[in-house]
Amino acid sequence: MNRLRMSRLRTWFLAPAWAITLVLFLAPLGIVLVYSALTRGAYGGFSEPWTLESYTRLMDSLYLVILLRSFWIAAASTVGCLLLGFPLALFIARSGRRKNLYLSLVILPFWTSFLVRTYAWMFLLRDTGLINATLQKLGLIHDPLPLLYNDGAVIIGLVYSYLPFMVLPLYATLERLDKSLLEAAADLGARPWQAMWRVVVPLCAPGIRAGSVLVFIPCLGAYLTPDLLGGGKSVMVGNLIQNQFTSARDWPFGSALSLVLMGIVMALLFGLLRRDSEGGLL
Amino acid sequence: MDAVLELIQISKHFGAQRSVDRVSLQIQRGEFFSLLGPSGCGKTTTLRMVAGFEEPTSGEIRLNGQSIQHLKPYQRNVSTVFQNYALFPHLTVQQNIEFGLRRTGAADIAKRVREMLELVQLTGKESRLPTQISGGEKQRVALARSLVMAPDVLLLDEPLSALDPNLRKQLRGELKSLQRRVGITFLFVTHDKEEALSLSDRIGLMHKGVLEQVGTPEDIYLRPRTRFVASFLGAMNWFGPVGVRPEAVRISNETAANGVVQQSTFLGNCVQIGALLDDGRSILAETSRLAGSLAPGQRAHFWWHPADELTFE
Repeated sequence: MNRLRMSRLRTWFLAPAWAITLVLFLAPLGIVLVYSALTRGAYGGFSEPWTLESYTRLMDSLYLVILLRSFWIAAASTVGCLLLGFPLALFIARSGRRKNLYLSLVILPFWTSFLVRTYAWMFLLRDTGLINATLQKLGLIHDPLPLLYNDGAVIIGLVYSYLPFMVLPLYATLERLDKSLLEAAADLGARPWQAMWRVVVPLCAPGIRAGSVLVFIPCLGAYLTPDLLGGGKSVMVGNLIQNQFTSARDWPFGSALSLVLMGIVMALLFGLLRRDSEGGLL
Repeated sequence: MDAVLELIQISKHFGAQRSVDRVSLQIQRGEFFSLLGPSGCGKTTTLRMVAGFEEPTSGEIRLNGQSIQHLKPYQRNVSTVFQNYALFPHLTVQQNIEFGLRRTGAADIAKRVREMLELVQLTGKESRLPTQISGGEKQRVALARSLVMAPDVLLLDEPLSALDPNLRKQLRGELKSLQRRVGITFLFVTHDKEEALSLSDRIGLMHKGVLEQVGTPEDIYLRPRTRFVASFLGAMNWFGPVGVRPEAVRISNETAANGVVQQSTFLGNCVQIGALLDDGRSILAETSRLAGSLAPGQRAHFWWHPADELTFE
């Protein structure tokens, strides 16, 4: 087959992928970009003139606080997932024939609705919920603990929701870890936790990075969890964006917010990818 | 006698399988001792019990007279050179060698590492990663990493098997002279009889979990106690309870011929002759000096000195 025909064939085979990219990703992005540079319409939507006002409004401390809180909550949730996910992944990687059973248990929650699972946390955390009621019945506390409608509740909800995204990449790197390296560490006098810290964790760095990215990004843009568990007190940037398109009816500002958030995430990702030049990420 | 390591009736059972069956052994200080045997004979399991990676089902292991079989690997002053070296891939050569020392809090880490790098001739490669050095160099890093800990016994699990044959022979020599220089007791596990015979002060030959014979290389080669030991160490002609090594079989043309040559194979250092004796037995002979040529079909006299006969019950 000659070169020309090969390259023509290549074009045809790639066409569906390009079409999907164009229709589902680039076109909506273009629309959002256009919206963000227009003025809000009186009843939602948009109108002329062209302006960058939506972007300058972002500098308002009111919105910066929300953006910062989103970062803090996403970061805390990522750390939480890491602290819970690492021991769990290690346990699964070492459980021999039961590995697959445990892995499917990790994925099991995906089979039910995200919304329902988040509601379940409300029943656990609220003043008359299971946790407070039990503690009160046991006489450990008098007044119910403020578990719901704060940053802590949002972080708990996010850690719960995104834990599998941390466990799976961690498991993948831990599973590949050569066991003789652990034996060598012990042989050279390292106690189990020293071997963990000096051998397992460094060798798992690609998995830790991949898991952190997979958790951090959706957490940053989360809106259902802060809406339900934050109860309007713990607003994240996702709620702010949603609000602009619904009750605030400020599509241009909502679009600008979305694009800025996306820009920040992409900058972070590129920074991470450059450090991870050996291709350990994903 | 100054035994640094004693194994007393140690056994290891995996389910119904007896991987190591009541092995008793004393290893002298400064000795180069090899555990030799085919794969699956229990030699590696024995080594791993000494290192602490496996706990014996029964029996006792003594290091300098102290029972150690219940101690964790990090509590035993023995060190292992692994078959695949198990170098830490994220650490440089220098960091690999320092790994154990940093745990001990020794004050002169830098000096000891430098000396060790010199000893194994790796000076200049300190900052390389394990992926950036050759197989032979990896093996030397693994050795240095263990030796720098000054273990009472260095355990080597087939450390040469991952190397190509020429390098293996060269490193075999280096290993022997290294052991002489540092004076550390080596417990060396191998399935390669040549390696064991050329390196060891003494050899323990294992088969199906049982220690069949312990002795110097000459001892076990010339005076094997069992048929297995005899055949494992080299080819044998078996005539009922009597065994004769091929190199002990003489061939001459002077007296009456008693057999006919079937095949003749040139092996470089000798010629291997396969022959059929007139009484129906086949015989294998290895000879370096040939009286004329011995082509298939030719008749010759095959004989051996009675002193070269090995008798088994």
